[in-house]
Amino acid sequence: MAENTYDAIVIGSGISGGWAAKELTEKGLKVLMLERGRDVEHIKDYVNATKDPWEFPHRGGRTQQMIHDYPALKRDYPLNETNLNFWASDKDCPYTEIKRFDWFRGYQVGGRSLLWGRQSYRWSDLDFEANAKDGIAVDWPVRYADIAPWYAYAEKFAGISGSKENLPQLPDGEFMPAMDMTCVEKDVAERIKKHYNNKRTMIIGRTANITVPHEGRTNCQFRNKCWLGCPFGGYFSTQSATLPAAKKTGNLTLRPFSIVTKILYDKDKKKATGVEVLDAETNKTYTYNSKIVFLNASTLNSAWILMNSATDIWPDGLGSSSGQLGKNLMDHHLGVGASGSVEGYEDKYYYGRRPNGIYIPRYRNLFGDKRDYLRGFGYQGSGSRQGWGREIAELSIGAELKDALSEPGGWTMGIMGFGEILPNEKNKVTLDKNKKDKWGLNVLAIDCELQENELKMRKDMMNDAAEMLEAAGVKNIGTYNNDATPGRGIHEMGTARMGKDAKTSVLNKWNQVWDAPNVFVTDGSFMTSASCVNPSLSYMAFTARAADYAVSELKKGNL
Amino acid sequence: MERRELLKMIALATGGVMIGGELLLTGCKTNKPAGVLFSDDDILFLDEVGETIIPATSTPGAKAAEIGKFMKVMVTDCYTEADQKAFVEGITQLDEASKKMHNVGFIKATPEQRKTLLTALDKEAKAFQKEKGEKEKDLRAKANKEHDKTFTFAPNHYFTMMKQLTLLGFFTSKTGATQTLRYTAVPGKWEACIPYKKGDKVWATS
Repeated sequence: MAENTYDAIVIGSGISGGWAAKELTEKGLKVLMLERGRDVEHIKDYVNATKDPWEFPHRGGRTQQMIHDYPALKRDYPLNETNLNFWASDKDCPYTEIKRFDWFRGYQVGGRSLLWGRQSYRWSDLDFEANAKDGIAVDWPVRYADIAPWYAYAEKFAGISGSKENLPQLPDGEFMPAMDMTCVEKDVAERIKKHYNNKRTMIIGRTANITVPHEGRTNCQFRNKCWLGCPFGGYFSTQSATLPAAKKTGNLTLRPFSIVTKILYDKDKKKATGVEVLDAETNKTYTYNSKIVFLNASTLNSAWILMNSATDIWPDGLGSSSGQLGKNLMDHHLGVGASGSVEGYEDKYYYGRRPNGIYIPRYRNLFGDKRDYLRGFGYQGSGSRQGWGREIAELSIGAELKDALSEPGGWTMGIMGFGEILPNEKNKVTLDKNKKDKWGLNVLAIDCELQENELKMRKDMMNDAAEMLEAAGVKNIGTYNNDATPGRGIHEMGTARMGKDAKTSVLNKWNQVWDAPNVFVTDGSFMTSASCVNPSLSYMAFTARAADYAVSELKKGNL
Repeated sequence: MERRELLKMIALATGGVMIGGELLLTGCKTNKPAGVLFSDDDILFLDEVGETIIPATSTPGAKAAEIGKFMKVMVTDCYTEADQKAFVEGITQLDEASKKMHNVGFIKATPEQRKTLLTALDKEAKAFQKEKGEKEKDLRAKANKEHDKTFTFAPNHYFTMMKQLTLLGFFTSKTGATQTLRYTAVPGKWEACIPYKKGDKVWATS
C-alpha cells in the first residue's frame, strides 16, 4: 500500500466516527481515523476521574478566569472545573452567531462520546413517517424495518440498560437489566399510569451504562462521574468500546491533531479520492488517499468540511447541488418543566449514585390526541432525597444546623421536557468568510431560532409537567420555562439531510453524498427530522448500516 | 438527563443554589483580583466565623476543614469584583458588629457571644437577600434566558457569602464528607429503595 493511502478514511472519532472505524476495520479495511484534537487515552488520560470532591480547589465550580475564557461554554452547565480538558476552546475555535446559538464542542479523540448523557432510544415509524404525513421538509428514505436490525446490533455491542415496555412510539431494544426506580419514582409512575389510563407512562431511562460486565468492560459502579471518563469502562464511549475493537483488528491508524480542511474530489470519476489535513500542531498540510470516506466530524463541522470541498465544481461545496447543504439545522429544545416535593417516605433511602433517571415517552399528537402544534416531547427526570445543600428555614447556625444537614431531607420529584424541533430551511449554517479561527480557517456562521411550533409546544411541556406531578400527588409544584436557545440540547442535527431525491437532499438512503457515492455522512448531520428522543443510538445504527453497505459495494466494485 | 442533574449538583457544589444562580450561569463582570485580598489574620478570623457556623461536635467542625483558606480561594478566584469587595469589607463589619453587641471584637468574644452575634447577622442577611431577590427578580429572570449577556447584580450580604462558603467548604471537605456525612467513592451497586432510620447520615454526593 502506498504511503498515505488507505482503504477508508474516517473523519472524526466521536460516537459515529468510532462506530465507522470499528465496522470498517472489522470488515478488513485499512482505516485511517482523523481527529482534529488531542489524543485521550482510555483510563490514563481521565485525569480527574478518581478524585474526591475535596481534591478540586473550587469544588467543581467555575472561576472568573474560566468564565472569561469560555464565552460560549459558560452559558450552561458544561463549564466547570472537573472536566474542562474535554471541552473545545471557544477562543481557538470561534463561530459567528447571526442569531444566538449555544455550541458546546468536544475536540479530542472520543469527542463528545466521553461527555454524552448516554440516554439511548429507538425511533419508531411514527418518527420516520412524520415528515411525509405532515408535509414537512422531505420524507425519510428509511423506515423502522430498515433500521431495526441495526438498532439491535448497536445495542448489543454498546450495552444499553433498560426495561421492555411494549410502547409503539418507543420500540423496545436489546437491553441489559434495567436500573431500578427509587420508591418515590415507582409510586409516581404508578399514579401517572392510573390517572391517564395507561396513555402516559413513566419508565426507567434507557442508558448506555452497562449493568453487567460486557466485552471486557466492568459494569457501572454507580459513581455518577461519567463525564470525567470512566476508568471502569462503565459507559459507552469511543475509548471504552469502539476504539479498542477497531485497534484489535490491527487495521486502524489513528491520527490526532488532524484538522480535515476538505475532501478531495475527482470530477472525472465523480468520486472522492481522499482528504486534505492541516496538522493542528505544526500547521503543515498533508494529503491522504482512500477508496471511501466516512464523514463523522459532528453535525456542524461535517457541513463545514463539505462546504469547503469540491468548490471548483460546486461553489457552495460538495453536496450543495440540492441547495440543502447547511440547511435544516435542528436540536432538541429543553429547559422547561416542573418539580415539587413528595410527602412521606421518610423511612426510605437508596445506596449508590445512579447515572440515569426516569423517562416519560411522548404522548402528545399520538393515538388520537391532537394539539395546535405538530410532533411532541418526552420528559426526563428523577425523584430523590435532598442533601446537605437544602435550605432549612427555621435553623440558622451552629450545632443544630450541622446535625440537621447531616441527615437527608425530604423527597423531591422533577421532570424536564425534551421537545422536537421541526426541520426548517431558515435554520442554517453558512461559511463566514470574514472571520477565522486559530489556524486561519473560515468559521461557521449559525442562523437558527425556535419557530412558532416549538414555542407553542413549550407551553404544553410546562403545563403538562405540572399537571402530571399534581396527579401523582407531588406537592409545592413549581414550573419553569427557561432559556430555549438552540444548541443547548447539545443534539445538533441536520444540515446534510437524507432523502429520496438528489434535487432535495444531500444524502441518499445509504448516507452516501448523492454527488460523491464513496463519501458517507453518518453523524447527526444526516437527520431529516429530529424526533424528540436522544439521537446518539440512531447515529450508531445508521453508521453500522452504512459501513456494511459501503463494504459490500466496495467488494462489488461499485465504489 | 443525568447531565442536567449535574447542573443541580454543581450548583450545589459551588454554593450556587445558596448564593444565587447568577454567580454560576451568567457572565459575571470579569476581573483580575487586585493583589492579595486576605491577610493571615483574616484567614484566622474566617476560621473562627466558620467554626461558629459549623462547630466541632461529635465530629470535627469547619476549622478542621481549613475553612478560612477555602474561603480565600473561592472569593479570590470565583467571585465578582463587587462580591469580593463586600466580602472583604464584611470582615471588618462583622468585627464592628461584635464590638457593638458585646463590647468585644469577634476573636475575643466567647463562643456564646459569637453565636448570638452570628444568629443576629444571619437574620439580617436573610432579610437583605430577600429584599435583593425581590428587587432583582426581573433581572434574574432575564439572566436565566439570556446566558450570553452580562448582568450586574448588587453585591450579596457578606454574612450570606461567609455562611454559604462555610457550608460548601465543610460538607465537601474530607472531614465533612466522610465524618459528618457519608461518602463512598465507588458504591459498586445501586439499591433504589432501602430502609432509612432517623440518625442515618446523608450521602455527601449525589
